[in-house]
Amino acid sequence: MMEVKQQTFKRRTMLYIPGNNPAMLQQGSVYGADGVLLDLEDAVALNQKDSARILVSHMLRYISYEGCEVTVRVNHIDTPFGLDDLKQIVPIQPDAIRLPKVETLDEISRIIRLIEEIEDEHHMPHDQMKVHVMIETALGVQNVYDIARYSPRIDAISIGGQDLAADMQLVKANDGVGIDYARKQIVMAAKACKIDVFDTVYVDVENEEGLRDEAEYIKKLGFTGKAIINPRQIEIVNEVFTPTEIEIRKAAKIVKAFERNKAEGIGVFAVDGKMVDAPVVKRALRVLEMADIDVETL
Amino acid sequence: MELKTKAQAGSFESSDVLIMVEPVEKGAGRKIELSSIVMQQFGEDLLKQINRDLDGYNVADVRIIVNDKGALRPTISARLETALKRAAEMQTGTLK
Repeated sequence: MMEVKQQTFKRRTMLYIPGNNPAMLQQGSVYGADGVLLDLEDAVALNQKDSARILVSHMLRYISYEGCEVTVRVNHIDTPFGLDDLKQIVPIQPDAIRLPKVETLDEISRIIRLIEEIEDEHHMPHDQMKVHVMIETALGVQNVYDIARYSPRIDAISIGGQDLAADMQLVKANDGVGIDYARKQIVMAAKACKIDVFDTVYVDVENEEGLRDEAEYIKKLGFTGKAIINPRQIEIVNEVFTPTEIEIRKAAKIVKAFERNKAEGIGVFAVDGKMVDAPVVKRALRVLEMADIDVETL
Repeated sequence: MELKTKAQAGSFESSDVLIMVEPVEKGAGRKIELSSIVMQQFGEDLLKQINRDLDGYNVADVRIIVNDKGALRPTISARLETALKRAAEMQTGTLK
């Protein structure tokens, strides 16, 4: 099976940047988001699609988004813009390309085939640029596991809450109740495929408390991170997805105890009166990874 | 590239540039009208870049009005490319 280059970025926050806005495109990486999402889809007017596509392609060649994962969201392949987006963006090979409104296995296989045909034309490998899939319809939610496991290039999926709410004909969507099942289904599919999973945007930019509550909720569900629409939202979400000092200390204690016990051939032991076995150690290692702590240095 | 109609791309927003392109008769040469908020410091560089880009597209005869609001080099090139492709009716994947 094809091996795809492993990502080395954190993925707590991905900041959407409108593809036709030079000021935001050139400043995208300075706000502290883990990734930038250069958007050719919903953030661009229908009569400016060519302009945005050309601007993003020039910016990608010129601007260094150092330390930030760079993803470009293209238009859906069945719109008049999707194929031109792929032809222009794929040869530049951003870190990832984000495909909106994917609904079926046939669709994802068709799009990935097109991407690889473009890469072949430019003598490019198929194992560098990753593919992120957005699930934004009821049909997509039903098929998400088959879509997510279609290719090793797919290393993240995400829920598009606004479009999904519209597709489900939800009148009130801001409380997240209507898309709760979809969130859980999408997280489970991602976990089954061992890939990352991003939550949808939080549209009420003024409501920082609401954003924090939602970020804490989706962290509990198992999301890797969240899409962001305003730089003001970054700090809150990064904070929620960064382990606290208490969590880090506890995780370090567990991992150290595990190493000691492993040397003595003991698999299950107790730390502070609580049972620790392999899954607990795995979660502790994840906490240390999120805190950028090298286990070897403990 | 053969220009067929007037076209423009970009905006008056900060860090952007508005570029208007107009076909002129063959042999008339390039008439570039440039205004920029950084005219004193970068006016000549801008002009050089536009001429270099026009060479790349093989456009010898054209009238161009450039109103620069402090755009970076890739933005200038992108807006010029868009305006030229629109003027040549070569733009794809957009709604007019």
